[in-house]
Amino acid sequence: MVSTIETRPKKKTHGLLLALPGIFWLVFFFMLPLIIILALSIMTPSRGGIGGDVPLTLDNYDDAFGGVYFRVIEQSLITALTTTVICLIIGYPLAFFIATQKRPFMKQMGLFLVILPFWTNFLVRTYAMRTILGQQGPINAVLLNLGLIDEPVRMLNTQYAVIAGLVYGFLPFMVLPIYATVEKFNFSLVEAAHDLGANDWHAFRRVILPLTLPGVVAGVLLVFIPSIGAFVTPDLLGGTDGFMLGNLIQRQFRGSGGNWPRGSAISIVMMVLVSASVFIYLRWGERED
Amino acid sequence: MRNLFVGLLVMCLFVLGFGVITVGAQEVTWTCPEGFEGQELNIFNWATYIDEEAIPRFEELCGVTINYTTYSSNEEMIARLRQGNPGFDIVVPSGAVIPVMVADGLLEELDGQDLPNFVHVAEQFVDPDYDPGNTYTVPYQWGTVGIAYNKNAVGDAELTSWEDVFNYDGNVAWLEDQRAMLGVALQILGFDPNTHNLDEIEQARDFLLENGDNVVRIAEDDGQEMLLAGEADVIVEYNGDVFQIIFECECDDYAFITPEEGTNVWVDNLAIPTGAQNPELARVFIDYMLDPVVGAANSNYIAYASPNQTAIDEGLIDEELLTNPFIYPTEEELEKMFFILEDPDTEQLYSDAWDELSVLIGG
Repeated sequence: MVSTIETRPKKKTHGLLLALPGIFWLVFFFMLPLIIILALSIMTPSRGGIGGDVPLTLDNYDDAFGGVYFRVIEQSLITALTTTVICLIIGYPLAFFIATQKRPFMKQMGLFLVILPFWTNFLVRTYAMRTILGQQGPINAVLLNLGLIDEPVRMLNTQYAVIAGLVYGFLPFMVLPIYATVEKFNFSLVEAAHDLGANDWHAFRRVILPLTLPGVVAGVLLVFIPSIGAFVTPDLLGGTDGFMLGNLIQRQFRGSGGNWPRGSAISIVMMVLVSASVFIYLRWGERED
Repeated sequence: MRNLFVGLLVMCLFVLGFGVITVGAQEVTWTCPEGFEGQELNIFNWATYIDEEAIPRFEELCGVTINYTTYSSNEEMIARLRQGNPGFDIVVPSGAVIPVMVADGLLEELDGQDLPNFVHVAEQFVDPDYDPGNTYTVPYQWGTVGIAYNKNAVGDAELTSWEDVFNYDGNVAWLEDQRAMLGVALQILGFDPNTHNLDEIEQARDFLLENGDNVVRIAEDDGQEMLLAGEADVIVEYNGDVFQIIFECECDDYAFITPEEGTNVWVDNLAIPTGAQNPELARVFIDYMLDPVVGAANSNYIAYASPNQTAIDEGLIDEELLTNPFIYPTEEELEKMFFILEDPDTEQLYSDAWDELSVLIGG
């Protein structure tokens, strides 16, 4: 493998040229906005809360950590973690089930069904959840008709509705990467483990899990990161119970009476939190190996 | 994003429907000045806030195309304009925010009193405090914030006051109108609803928090939908939005009341934002909306109160609406109501209080 890495100088300039669009993209759509947000986050809000002004201040970070706003950070972390865990519990066996189908048709069909929801816009699907979870929705109708409940249960406008919406929305992001690793997994290794005296649990714990861990790590990150910043789902399904960071940040940027510097500071805090949790998780994942 | 979605839906409706133009009971005699054929007009209005025939009829009469987009709060509309007018020719701000908008240079001079149809405007809406001389605005509709409930869900408990809402045992939805909601609390606590005193604003916030355990959602001008879907038994909403569903359902399920303690009364106005692409056509449209027949059709359709005296005098407004004390409140009721006047100095205080409330309430 190593021998193929040898390159001639000519190829190097080619490489740089090829990377240009990517570099351009990163500088203008990632670095620059990030710098603007960082700068804004230490400014004083100007009139109407739009844009920032001098003097520079750290008050915005005080706001983000102090008092009521920190509650939102905690609550978002809990919601995102719960979503991720539920996605993992559902997604891991599901990915296994699909990847271990003997007939290729069944495999393709399984994958197809996982991807199918993407054919409809996420916003529209979230609106559909509103109807499904509603007081006059099908779930309540079934429960009422079966006589299990006497009056409709409030499912919409709760934190549970938000978690249900997020799990529904992000489950494919957990299934697909795990599927990819399970697909490549060589099942004769399990037989070998059995031959060497491992029971089912040990074979799973010592052989299957470590070898599919890269897929799990990817899935967890792909679910956790968008969950913590979710905005549409809590807005439509959450009511007063499901207020999340995305909603708080959006509010700061809405204009009249908003506060861009504070919104920026909360965004930075969120980014740091996400990066930190990803970092810890990856380190922990490595050690597990 | 959601509002964009709703806006798109509304636009689709306008594109798809209304091939045939029908005029209501009364003929529209308003004529369009020459010379606007083929031009475009961009309107930014509140959701569910215009007669469904008003737009296609104007398009027909003037030979123009209208792009119609909606918003759900003054804050949302101002936010769009503050970031640079994306091309709107007409906006519909409440009187409360007009001084701030004028101070920020968000509105273009309109000289409303020079419009031919301004003569129809009722006396009390001419030369208002929020816009002396009608330099920037003319009145469109007026209304109140009140309480609506599902009679079946509430049962025998007849709601008459804010206190009844606060004490209600069941699902309640409030209104995403920070100044109205905090204003109600300030009034109940005996303070000025337009206070500049931070301590009083915070007391109002805490008062709402103490009384908000039953609030499942702070609805963005769509509380009536929650009532219809059974997501809330009691909602706080603008009166007309509720009467729209009360009249539409032809049932006896819903009731609207003006709370005993008093409430917020407001006037919405037609105005031209700075940077409008077609201010001339916008003026023509505003004059069209002041026409008694057109104005009455709007008020009859959306069930808000009309500031058009001619329309009222000539019996163009549905009797059912005109005699409804919750749409046209009595003098006595109006005495107890408060106007909001936004002030740039206190804008941040009120929104910070409201943000904190949004975080802490319910959950």
